[in-house]
Amino acid sequence: MNDSTQSQAHQSQGGAAKNAIEIRNMNFYYGSFQGLKDINMDIEEKKVTAFIGPSGCGKSTLLRTLNRMYDLYPGQRAEGEIKFYGHNILNKKEDLNLLRSKIGMVFQKPTPFPMSIYDNIAFGVRLYENLSKSEMDERVEWALNKAALWSEAKDKLNQSGLSLSGGQQQRLCIARGVAVKPSVILLDEPTSALDPISTGKIEELISELKSDYTIAIVTHNMQQAARVSDYSAYMYLGSLVEFGKTDELFIKPKRKETEDYITGRFG
Amino acid sequence: MPDKHLSSQFDADLNSLCSRLLEMGGLVESQIATAMRGFTQMDVEICNTVIQNEKLVNDMEIQIDSDCAELIARRQPIARDLRLVMAVSKAITNLERAGDEAERVAKRTIKLIEAGASHNINVAEIRLSGQMAISLLRRSLDAFARLDTVAAAEVVEEDRQIDEEFRGFVRKLISYMMEDPHTISIGLDMLTIAKAIERIGDHSKNIAEFVIYIAKGEDVRHIPHEELLRAAKE
Repeated sequence: MNDSTQSQAHQSQGGAAKNAIEIRNMNFYYGSFQGLKDINMDIEEKKVTAFIGPSGCGKSTLLRTLNRMYDLYPGQRAEGEIKFYGHNILNKKEDLNLLRSKIGMVFQKPTPFPMSIYDNIAFGVRLYENLSKSEMDERVEWALNKAALWSEAKDKLNQSGLSLSGGQQQRLCIARGVAVKPSVILLDEPTSALDPISTGKIEELISELKSDYTIAIVTHNMQQAARVSDYSAYMYLGSLVEFGKTDELFIKPKRKETEDYITGRFG
Repeated sequence: MPDKHLSSQFDADLNSLCSRLLEMGGLVESQIATAMRGFTQMDVEICNTVIQNEKLVNDMEIQIDSDCAELIARRQPIARDLRLVMAVSKAITNLERAGDEAERVAKRTIKLIEAGASHNINVAEIRLSGQMAISLLRRSLDAFARLDTVAAAEVVEEDRQIDEEFRGFVRKLISYMMEDPHTISIGLDMLTIAKAIERIGDHSKNIAEFVIYIAKGEDVRHIPHEELLRAAKE
């Protein structure tokens, strides 16, 4: 329901859409190897943008540039501009911790910290905010609710995050990301290690989260991109081949390369 | 389908779907031709063959629709593949209805024969538009087989001629019936037959429009003819 309302709202909005992120002439290098070539695209606020393409096409690399996760590795660098609400985050002086609290990330494999469910959520919040015990309790409950995990986890908040199932762990990671109240959530193949039921729950969650957050998701599952996203980007060999509304890309792609890839054909 | 899927079984399934559609089209074409022969020769036996074979057409429609559903469930086709499956599913509905129209021609012809009516009305337009309808259906199926959008656009254009023949025949029929009210009963049966043929032309046109949808991704139903031509040739 939320989904259809969103899409109707988007349609009626027409050109008035606001962009959370604007990427301009962005090139990315792993040492001397160029991983991304002249990327230009906008990521619309409170929409889901999916990145698809074969392995090694640069979609995860692109996602990792959006919160400068690549900065953790020497020799990797991005050139051009990535504007987050008008502010170029590729600036050398950028406060990366603050940036990553605004643009959170969830990885392919669930990565809960080896601590209690409660502390998994509270850990990140403590870095940025000084909350009282009751405020923190509220925040943990709120985040777990947002990640549709509260009903399953409320009676075992003190148990280790690692005691949860894979699907629950991934939702815990989403709760952890949400808890610091980011504006954008980056999901890097968030369901590739999960069973269909857990996958379904995460997809449901994505539809609900997009009313409050901007979401960018990398997925190998074409159907998943079609199901959850408003916009899709097809990448190949480090270039953005086609970017547009998901409905159009999956029914009538403009580029033959896109069509060949999404229909599973040899080029 | 020019390029191959990673899954050869998927290719085989899509090809089989197209082949079955063309097979059904061939059957319907033959039903229409037989019905027209029954009408021209005023032969009950020939007309009965059409009525008996109608079930084959219906069975094929159900079978191909089931194949489409199975392919969607198993393969989740997208883009051109999805458009193809959607178009096949819709095209067989048109073929089945064209088959119904052939049966209608056969049944009405039997009624005319039983009423003792011969061709005391000049039915040249019906014969002519019958031939045109058969040709149109064949060409729409050829266009489907080759995904030839230009040929498909020609089919859409020519359907207008059948419509024109139909209108001409109706005008003639009205004057016959006004001159001699005894011909009204026969005239109404003739009108039904002429209308059935006109509808076959419409179904062929619809199939041709699906060809443009598959190949170009443009839904060209209910748009001005000039726009359709542009979409077909782009």
